[in-house]
Amino acid sequence: MKKSALFAAICVPAFLAAAPLAAKTLVYCSEGSPENFYPGVNTTGTSFDAAEQIYNRIVEFERGGTKVVPSLAEKWEVSADGTVYTFSLRKGVKWHSNKNFKPTRDMNADDIVFMFERQWKEENPFFKVTSPNHSYFNDMGMPKLLKSVEKVDDYTVRITLNQPEAPFLANMAMMWSSVQSKEYADAMMKAGTPEKIDQEPIGTGPFSLVQYQKDAIIRYKAFPEYWAGKAKIDDLVFSITPDASVRWAKLQKGECHVMPYPNPADLEAMKKDPNVQILEQAGLNVGYLAYQTTKKPFDDVRVRKAFNMAMNKKAIVDAVFLGSGVPAKNPIPPSMWSYNDSVKEDEYNPEAAKKLLAEAGYPNGLETDLWAMPVQRPYNPNARRIAELMQADLAKIGVKAEIKSFEWGEYRKRAQAGEHQMAQLGWTGDNGDPDNFLHTLLGCASAQSNSGSNIAKWCHKPFDDLVTKAKVTTNQAERTKLYEQAQLIFKEQAPWFTVAHAVQLKPVRKEVVDFKLSPFGRHTFYGVDINSK
Amino acid sequence: MLRFILTRVSLIIPTFLGITLLAFFLIRLVPGDPIETLAGERGIDPARLEELRKVYGFDQPILVQYGIYLSRVLQGDLGKSMITQEPVLSEFSALFPATIELATCAILFALLLGLPAGIIAAIKRNSIFDHGVMGISLAGYSMPIFWWGLILILLFSVQFDLTPVSGRIDVLYYIEPITGFLLIDTLLSDEPEAFWSAVRHLILPTIVLGTVPLAVIARMTRSAMLEVLGEDYIRTAKAKGLSRFRIVALHALRNALIPVVTVIGLQIGVLFTGAILTETIFSWPGVGKWLIDAIFRRDYPVLQGGALLLGVVVMSVNLLVDLAYGLINPRIRHTR
Repeated sequence: MKKSALFAAICVPAFLAAAPLAAKTLVYCSEGSPENFYPGVNTTGTSFDAAEQIYNRIVEFERGGTKVVPSLAEKWEVSADGTVYTFSLRKGVKWHSNKNFKPTRDMNADDIVFMFERQWKEENPFFKVTSPNHSYFNDMGMPKLLKSVEKVDDYTVRITLNQPEAPFLANMAMMWSSVQSKEYADAMMKAGTPEKIDQEPIGTGPFSLVQYQKDAIIRYKAFPEYWAGKAKIDDLVFSITPDASVRWAKLQKGECHVMPYPNPADLEAMKKDPNVQILEQAGLNVGYLAYQTTKKPFDDVRVRKAFNMAMNKKAIVDAVFLGSGVPAKNPIPPSMWSYNDSVKEDEYNPEAAKKLLAEAGYPNGLETDLWAMPVQRPYNPNARRIAELMQADLAKIGVKAEIKSFEWGEYRKRAQAGEHQMAQLGWTGDNGDPDNFLHTLLGCASAQSNSGSNIAKWCHKPFDDLVTKAKVTTNQAERTKLYEQAQLIFKEQAPWFTVAHAVQLKPVRKEVVDFKLSPFGRHTFYGVDINSK
Repeated sequence: MLRFILTRVSLIIPTFLGITLLAFFLIRLVPGDPIETLAGERGIDPARLEELRKVYGFDQPILVQYGIYLSRVLQGDLGKSMITQEPVLSEFSALFPATIELATCAILFALLLGLPAGIIAAIKRNSIFDHGVMGISLAGYSMPIFWWGLILILLFSVQFDLTPVSGRIDVLYYIEPITGFLLIDTLLSDEPEAFWSAVRHLILPTIVLGTVPLAVIARMTRSAMLEVLGEDYIRTAKAKGLSRFRIVALHALRNALIPVVTVIGLQIGVLFTGAILTETIFSWPGVGKWLIDAIFRRDYPVLQGGALLLGVVVMSVNLLVDLAYGLINPRIRHTR
């Protein structure tokens, strides 16, 4: 068998003792296998992480933040009415190559148009390749929003929207809009193997794919011609390790450098390990208990307020999240712009709650149901346990809550149809825009639909006016004001008992330099360096 | 003998149909809609939901679905994974060698330790060795695989630094899969070190997966041996003045092995079940892990295909065991 160049590059130096020029290899113990390398049809973080290293988007989120920064587009202009976006593309952006494909041109407007059409136009020959289910493109409302995507010249793309939509730019920074090579797609179509573009991907990103073995390993190599400069590490390896305890054992031994999703039980030991540091950040998520506001007794704001005061949030978060969550007072997480810190939290006060409940006409308490998800979610490690704690707190003000649960798919469907009185649920944001929380989860549009995400079925005109206005306003300062006000109304009207924002904890070995947590939960290795011992 | 073989082989057909029935219907009895599960929190547009149902054939009556499924299976088409869109058969064949490699090592480990331990325990009945073997094998038999695997990792990998934590080979090696059996592939590559790395990675999973079969084999060998040693012809052999070694090795062992071979055949099923857990702990890229993922994602085609293929493998191994049985024990091939 032939020794590959990479093999020589890594192994030979590694086996000559103290070779000073050893290639820098960073090993990431990832939690599972990606489905493929086409983010347009993916929905899981595992798949996005695998693709993140390979592709670029027109614009991207800054590393470690939610701010949108230029990437394949160097700059852009938005028309005064907010419906026409003109992107000027970066010149000289090179594509990766592999054994089946050698690019003959740089990235240009054709590739950007291809990215849209592949997900948008059913007649595009790639629409159905790998999967016709372009989840995010549809979920972000693109088919309705997009009017046209035109190539003006090789390096200019003009996108026209049907109506102004402020979060559009943030949407373009999401993984689904990763840009693939049109030239590669055409070549593979001609060769009769169109699905290869998603299995042996060609991107413009900082790392190119060398090898993928399902359930074992993903191997990347730094792309020397990357437009923003070669990555500081030479080789990047995803060592696929599904069990959290095993990931921790590997991290301890130095068999990997970064690991996601630690076991809460291991955190103490991790903090004590001198070779490991734990990075921490409140994630873009919220876990909540929604009151069905169109049903008795929760159509009365006094009942909702009384319930909010009756439940001891801090005790619940401490007991269930074990240090991996912070109590939530707003529906959006603190790391998101426009978070209103001046909102006053409802204080825990069973006495006052009881009084308020009596005022609302329930002096002897009441009976209600309380739904708990059957599965662990990123924003809620144990909904059942939380429900039990809530039940005990509510009993103190004379409320008898019956805990109910369904199989997960059924649960969500029934909650969206509003069959509950109280139901727990949560949300993980994916474009860093408050609209993604406030309008999607609490707006009238999604309250009125039977499959909408507003399971409180809460449609409050003053609130809805604010978030709808913010959606079509392009000035961020103005939007911030609108959203801050909306949060005040939210608190006053109490459609939810906001439970917690889960904190992401990332154990990283000390020799890893400048790894930044992403609020989206992505793992980006461009810009990361490693100190060899 | 031919008749014996034919009878055994023909018994396979109803069993095979039974497996397809189970694979098809049992999975559908489990609550949860696969498309809803795919959707997560975001939900899915009702029109799209219908469209996807059509794509995956869920809109047909269930019996029709089964009929289509069976006719496809018979043509060797197990469908495509709903998640990766890869043919189930090709995913299975890419991952199966890893499972075989692990299972083979585990069963060899169990045999190499279990047979001698059982034999010696039987010969030295009621000795400390006998009690030791029985005690340890009882413990081994009752050991929860998950816990056992993690304990071994903590002890041998983290504490003593003797073995790697998980995986099949050090990430430094880039071995192009040829046969899929890493031990062979590394020998074919020109890096001898890679072979040893693969061996080191095999040690802990082998022990974990081999523990239950080891315990069963040791106990079974011991009791079968005890029974045979009490037979008249053994007494006769002793009376004739044969050496103890000859009695045990030539006269007793061959007869004692018959029930042991049956047990080994039955252990194949146990091995595959154990492999699911072992592969998950040790990040071993085999079919066990693949099936677990499929369960979580409600990936029906993979679950059906995987269960079916594993069923066929277990069935074939048991058939081979049956045939081997006939070889060891001539009485069996003459009974009908």
